[in-house]
Amino acid sequence: MATSVQRASQLTMADLKGRVDPDWCPGCGDFGVLAAIQKALVELQIPSHNVVAISGIGCSSNLPGFINTYGMHTLHGRALAVATGLKLANHELTVLVTGGDGDGFGIGGNHFVHTMRRNVDLLYIVMDNQIYGLTTGQTSPTSRVGMKTKSMPFGNIEAPVNPISLALAAGATFVARGFSGDQKHLTELIKQGIGHKGFSFLDVFSPCVTYNHDNTYQWYRPRVKKLEDDAAYDAADWTAAMEKSLLWGEEIPIGKFFARTDLPSLHAAEPVLNEGPLVHLDPRVPPDVARGFIEELM
Amino acid sequence: MKQTFAIAIGGAAGQGVATPGDIFAKIFSRRGLSLNAYNAYQSIIRGGHTLLTIRTGPEHVSNMGDRIDLLIPLNQDTMDRHLKLLTSGAACIYNAETIKPGSAADGVQLCPLPVSELADISRNKVAQNTLAIGAGLHMMGIGFAALEEALREQFKKKGESVVVENVGVARAGYDYAAAHFTAFSNPLPKTEKRYAVLSGNTAMAMGGAAAGVKFYCAYPMSPSTGVLHWMAAHARKAGIMVRQVEDEIGVINMAIGAAHAGVRSMCATSGGGFALMSEGLGMSAMIETPVLVIDCQRAGPSTGVPTKTEQGDLWQMLGAAFGDYPRLIAAPLDIADCFKVIPEMFNLVDRFQCPGLVLCDLLLSEGRLGVDPKDLDFNPAIDRGELITGVNGNGNGASAAIATNGGYKRYKITESGISPRAVPGVPGHIHTVATDEHMEDGVLISDEFTNPIKRRAMMEKRMRKVVGIEAAVPPSTLWGPRDAEVTLIGWGSTKGVIEEACEMLNEEGISANQLQIRWLVPLHGEVILELLKDARQTIIVENNYSGQFARYLRSETSFVPDGNIRKYDGEPFMPHHIVEAVKEQLAGKTKLSVPMHEIMV
Repeated sequence: MATSVQRASQLTMADLKGRVDPDWCPGCGDFGVLAAIQKALVELQIPSHNVVAISGIGCSSNLPGFINTYGMHTLHGRALAVATGLKLANHELTVLVTGGDGDGFGIGGNHFVHTMRRNVDLLYIVMDNQIYGLTTGQTSPTSRVGMKTKSMPFGNIEAPVNPISLALAAGATFVARGFSGDQKHLTELIKQGIGHKGFSFLDVFSPCVTYNHDNTYQWYRPRVKKLEDDAAYDAADWTAAMEKSLLWGEEIPIGKFFARTDLPSLHAAEPVLNEGPLVHLDPRVPPDVARGFIEELM
Repeated sequence: MKQTFAIAIGGAAGQGVATPGDIFAKIFSRRGLSLNAYNAYQSIIRGGHTLLTIRTGPEHVSNMGDRIDLLIPLNQDTMDRHLKLLTSGAACIYNAETIKPGSAADGVQLCPLPVSELADISRNKVAQNTLAIGAGLHMMGIGFAALEEALREQFKKKGESVVVENVGVARAGYDYAAAHFTAFSNPLPKTEKRYAVLSGNTAMAMGGAAAGVKFYCAYPMSPSTGVLHWMAAHARKAGIMVRQVEDEIGVINMAIGAAHAGVRSMCATSGGGFALMSEGLGMSAMIETPVLVIDCQRAGPSTGVPTKTEQGDLWQMLGAAFGDYPRLIAAPLDIADCFKVIPEMFNLVDRFQCPGLVLCDLLLSEGRLGVDPKDLDFNPAIDRGELITGVNGNGNGASAAIATNGGYKRYKITESGISPRAVPGVPGHIHTVATDEHMEDGVLISDEFTNPIKRRAMMEKRMRKVVGIEAAVPPSTLWGPRDAEVTLIGWGSTKGVIEEACEMLNEEGISANQLQIRWLVPLHGEVILELLKDARQTIIVENNYSGQFARYLRSETSFVPDGNIRKYDGEPFMPHHIVEAVKEQLAGKTKLSVPMHEIMV
């Protein structure tokens, strides 16, 4: 019976289509990320009402409006904090956090680090285009040194952050990098990230075709090399992952850098949730417990 | 004049001021005496100076009062600072071997304790404290059994020998006082009342638990940290998820995230942390997810005076986050009200789906009050408003077909402005909420679809909630004779001290009444105007420099008082500050009184 019901209500790509079409520039890398998320959800068959897509602000952060799941389009840089609260209040939900490099590594940098060390069970997808798009082309925390933008017209003199190394150092338990130009690979990484019980970080090269003329599809294609193609690479080895994360230039690794499953996620570590999600708990403090609270004061 | 008795215990931080304070508080409350405690201290962990005042009496004691009856200085500094405050009938108990008394006013009894003769000070470092407690209780006319019981509870974790030793030392002090000191003329009575003694922070935390808070998060900041401490210590028993967050920006966003999933969610901070939360409040208003934020005010601006009180955040509250949106702001009137206001506020913010702000201050947050346990009601009304959860939603099947959108519109335009709120996880109600302006279904209108007609409709929908909020919140009332000579207007934590000042004025033949504001938003300005229209002389009393409430009241009603009493030195008002200021204003000497605080800490 259960099986037949499931078949009858098979989730399809059409079910996940949002109410409005994306307003991204034609050719934007974010289209590929959106499609990969939808494909991953269809392949995993997670009921769409149990998925919450949470974003900050920016071009890529408009994504929750373009996918038919529950969504929250929050404040610039704050999506991870909102997502942490939401996940802790109802840990039965599948939480996807989406946003850009400015949102996540700039204004939201503090939350990024702390959400990783807390091992909150969610998938954080950063559509990394190394530029601020929605504000019409300024330097971002991942812009390369020397890159000329409207805010640094004579070239960036600040070193970029390395999101993969940062995530590894901050204690993320799943760290991967994808490329919007490789749908199949990206979809697989998203599926793994959703399945991982803990914080999953997925940095995705998602080229900005309007403002970033340095890091284009053509620039990435010959450079990206899948870690999965290297049979000797062990994603359980943190030191090896850290070493790989430093590679940049002619060869840029993509794929799963690191994963560990021996640590509990935040909600699994908190005994208050043993009785189930907070949202389903009786709001009343039991009378004998309340009495005890008052007697402590007498 | 009602019978009260105040003890002040002073010393350096780390010298053990708190323990005698706790013991006195326990003994008084178990005698059925009301009590109010205020600790004046500095932002220092060891050293400096701290002065704890505990005032007690058989009738309700609402503030620290004007008089110290018994001073217990634990070091020379305390003696030097405060002996001069004592007046006839008061006493000072001190270690004769380490502290020199200085000159006292006539009628002040100096009570030196030969500490090393009465206790083995090589073994017991705080013997002077325990001796002083024993001596003091004898002078108050309290039997030794009460002290023995309190000491037993205090030290039972350290083992029987520690209990016995401390009881012995206390007994020595008690007996020494019997032989050498004169008892106070009015022994402390006993009543049949029972009190729970708690701080405002504990009260607000417990109020949250009673209201059904399931998520609490905070970043430590004085004087709000007590809320976090109670929540953290009781979380598992109460079934509350408590998190310490990286900063207050994270706090407000995490709290809203949890609230969005459908639980009651609360956080507390002080002015600086609240400043960081400002943008988040706008989000709560825009996505219409209710959240409750407590601001325990301390003296500002900036880091300000972390251990001192002020009512200086009102305009920050009124202006928090940009744009217009419905909000509620309540200032609890006393520590019992700190408990009560939380479930009330949650019912309102759940109903109106907007942020609710509780404007407390250090005086209440860290002060302590004996409260009738019946006033700590763990079974208050809980009204979650128009909330669609998995239980009451239409979703029993989790099929993808019904998970796609039916006719549900999260921001449906209604007459009340309230739109039924479905939480994530409920089938058939999928929607995206947005901090950008959006249409009824949540789709953004801010980017390519910008449309002034839709923007106006959504703005008006949200702001229509204000009408409902005004109807749901009762206006203030005037306490005391309508035709009084002077009307004192205060808000929040000044309730007790103004009340006592009114009593003192009435006793002196100056009839006074009081208008105490609890709800700042909604203010009910027209009701206030009506209450004040016959007032003969109006004076606004507040703990800040610029008259924040006076300016707010004027902005809302055009009302200008005859005078103001303001205090911005970090310390709370004492009743005589207000009484003297009223008299000078009635005599036409000034329209702005700024009382000088006599107790230097």
